[in-house]
Amino acid sequence: MPDEHPGLPVDPDEPEGRNLRPSGVALVFLGGAIGTAARYGLALAAPTESRGWPTGTFVANVLGALVLGALLEGLARAGPDDGWRLRARLLAGTGFCGGFTTYSTFAVEADLLVRAHATGLAVGYLVASVGVGLVATILGVMAAARWRSGA
Amino acid sequence: MAVGRMIVFLAVVAGGLGAAARFAVDGAVKARIDSDFPWATLAINVTGSLLLGVLSGLVIAGSAPDGLRAVLGTGFCGGYTTFSTASFETLRLAQRGAAGRAALYVAASVGLSIAAAALGLLLAR
Repeated sequence: MPDEHPGLPVDPDEPEGRNLRPSGVALVFLGGAIGTAARYGLALAAPTESRGWPTGTFVANVLGALVLGALLEGLARAGPDDGWRLRARLLAGTGFCGGFTTYSTFAVEADLLVRAHATGLAVGYLVASVGVGLVATILGVMAAARWRSGA
Repeated sequence: MAVGRMIVFLAVVAGGLGAAARFAVDGAVKARIDSDFPWATLAINVTGSLLLGVLSGLVIAGSAPDGLRAVLGTGFCGGYTTFSTASFETLRLAQRGAAGRAALYVAASVGLSIAAAALGLLLAR
């Protein structure tokens, strides 16, 4: 089946032209720092108990997936991946969403739940994160598509 | 508390560095592997999970201060790895008619990352 979204990158973190210009790296760093701060704040607001649902990470990952979907779809519809669109993608996408979400914490939390004899919760956390995350990405893309086509 | 705020600051900076490192690794992998399969993000998420596993294990064993996990773990590894990108890439694979590869990507990402983190936790004993 043909790619209905040829303008969307396959990998949203791909540096444009595979060329790591300092300005791009700086944008990713800045966005990543802000995203990390937001995730850290969530972790402080909702700390994970040893046999508890990792709320902070779950919320960050799902929210980040939603935002990235909306951002990339919105930018792709706004034009080619250059100029301000490229800068916005690096800062808010690769940077912020990449920093806000985390795979490592997700993985370790699942392992620790198993260690704490909460394997069912670990599996539930796994499935929910992936499933709800994917739905969030789709909703983000759909929201941006609707917004852009109405413009 | 002053020490607490310093740790948070360092963690945030480390997160930025992690994101920048992800950007660099992503470019390096892409330059060598020409494929639609998201090998770069997969490699990043798995290696980041291994590192965080080790850090968490060290803290649990009392061999490392919690601040180190905050900065290198929550900070660097958190900024380095990414859930949003993996989710988006999964969707893109499915949109391009590669549902099988999308499912494989999810399974590999989850399975290998959890295994890597478990290995890290073990290694830190």
